[in-house]
Amino acid sequence: MTTNTIAEVKNPILSLKDLSIAYDKNYAVKNVSVEIKKNTVTAIMGPSGCGKSTLLRALNRMHELYENITTEGEALLNGKNIYEMPAIKLRRHMGMVFQRPNPFPTMSIYDNVIAGYKLNGIRTKKQERDEIVERSLRDVALWDEVKDSLFKKGTFLSGGQQQRLCIARALAFSPEVILMDEPTSALDPIATSKIEDLLVKLKEHYTIVLVTHNMSQAARISDYSLFMYLGELVEYGKTKNMFTNPIDPRTEEYLTGKFG
Amino acid sequence: MESIHTLKSQDHSSGRLLKDKLVLGGVIVLSLITISPIILIIGKLVVEGYRQISLDFLIKNTPDTFEAMTAVANGELIPGGIANGIVGTLLMVVLASVLAIPIGVLTGIYLYENQGSLMANLTRNISDILQGVPSIVLGLISYLWVVKHITMGFSALAGSVSLSIMMLPMIVRSTEETLKMIPESLKEAALALGVPYHKVILRVLIPTGFSGLLTGILLGISRILGETAPLMLTALGSSMINLDMTKPTSAIPLLIWEFYNDPNMIGLIWSSSLLLMAMILILNLVSKQIAAKRR
Repeated sequence: MTTNTIAEVKNPILSLKDLSIAYDKNYAVKNVSVEIKKNTVTAIMGPSGCGKSTLLRALNRMHELYENITTEGEALLNGKNIYEMPAIKLRRHMGMVFQRPNPFPTMSIYDNVIAGYKLNGIRTKKQERDEIVERSLRDVALWDEVKDSLFKKGTFLSGGQQQRLCIARALAFSPEVILMDEPTSALDPIATSKIEDLLVKLKEHYTIVLVTHNMSQAARISDYSLFMYLGELVEYGKTKNMFTNPIDPRTEEYLTGKFG
Repeated sequence: MESIHTLKSQDHSSGRLLKDKLVLGGVIVLSLITISPIILIIGKLVVEGYRQISLDFLIKNTPDTFEAMTAVANGELIPGGIANGIVGTLLMVVLASVLAIPIGVLTGIYLYENQGSLMANLTRNISDILQGVPSIVLGLISYLWVVKHITMGFSALAGSVSLSIMMLPMIVRSTEETLKMIPESLKEAALALGVPYHKVILRVLIPTGFSGLLTGILLGISRILGETAPLMLTALGSSMINLDMTKPTSAIPLLIWEFYNDPNMIGLIWSSSLLLMAMILILNLVSKQIAAKRR
């Protein structure tokens, strides 16, 4: 089937071509083709089980952990097929933030931010490390809250702070794309709004792909939206247009709360 | 109606209260029965053994039977100590740990990483069976392998090999169980940073589960600390401090057995047992402490 997509994106940072993902031959994502624009927030919406998280996780090849998942089609990052480059290299260009905050419990706040460098054995000077940590924590507006306790364990922070710490950890590598899998679903409204403000700011330097269950969140912060249903991409377009004037009847039904 | 109803339910509840009290009483009595052996054992060891415990006891070798006989005849404390046993036990336990910990931890990681695979299931089952092999049989095997073919005689190495086989399944199991308790999200977090898989295991999973691994190792050590049977067939014993792995070596449990067989040395049985018991108790308490901190 053809999807209702927007006019072509020039020089997309990410483009998916007929991407399908199957769990033991049951397709969770079917022939998704999408071009994602640089420096935007793109939201992937849809009811539970529509394949949105699966799609997101395929983008940094997280599903390769599980043997029963297979992928067909192409996904290009700046024109290069992500399935043909080493996963390790790809993941440094595509940061990921998960549903629940998952700072490393054995590491301090400082070490959590710099974990990407440390765990990969990338040697950096102390001054350089200090700069990376400060920049990343400032980017997520956490610096002022933690600058006096950088060497305390990351797990002592509140849930919202932990999630911002995890975002900082992803930012430390200066990735091109940040994938977020319902990053606020485990947080309270105040922490959620902080992270939403943050995402809007972060798109100046990064491209954000966000899976969300929360339609109003997508409306508030995303520039483009994908609506998925039963593994298919139903509609893709500017968020404003989609919310005011959805093309596909299924999108309209979902957005007006008839199912989901 | 109302009053009958309340009366009935009161009767019912008083019956239940009585039952409740009976069960509680039963539980208390049974608990006391359960803990009484350990209290009686420790009490007996302390009462009988404390007199012999002194600095000499820790730093001197075992006396010969004649010295002991003279001392006992004069109503004195038996001179000397069990330094040869303490040093031998430490030597063999350290060597056994060096052999068993790397193999056990790596096998545990393998089992964790390959849940459900045929080879992993086979390994896990064999490891469980190994745990049930009588220690004297392990001693025999080590006698055949090491005493007969490697050290050409009774040796600390042979003792360590038998002890390490005893320890192995405990470490394998505790490593696997510990790693299983670490949330998958942590593994994903590290992978998402582009960290290669082996480094995820070594630098994220192992440090996160470190206290769990340590608990398993300490319990394994406390398990082999008191093993006697396999050492009889392998380390044999020695009346002097021995640091050569290829020579016969003493151990605290071996000495207890020797003292038991020598009527003049009876006085040393209790103090040696007390020391051994204290070592095991401390290891157990430390590992409990570590496990509690983890939660």
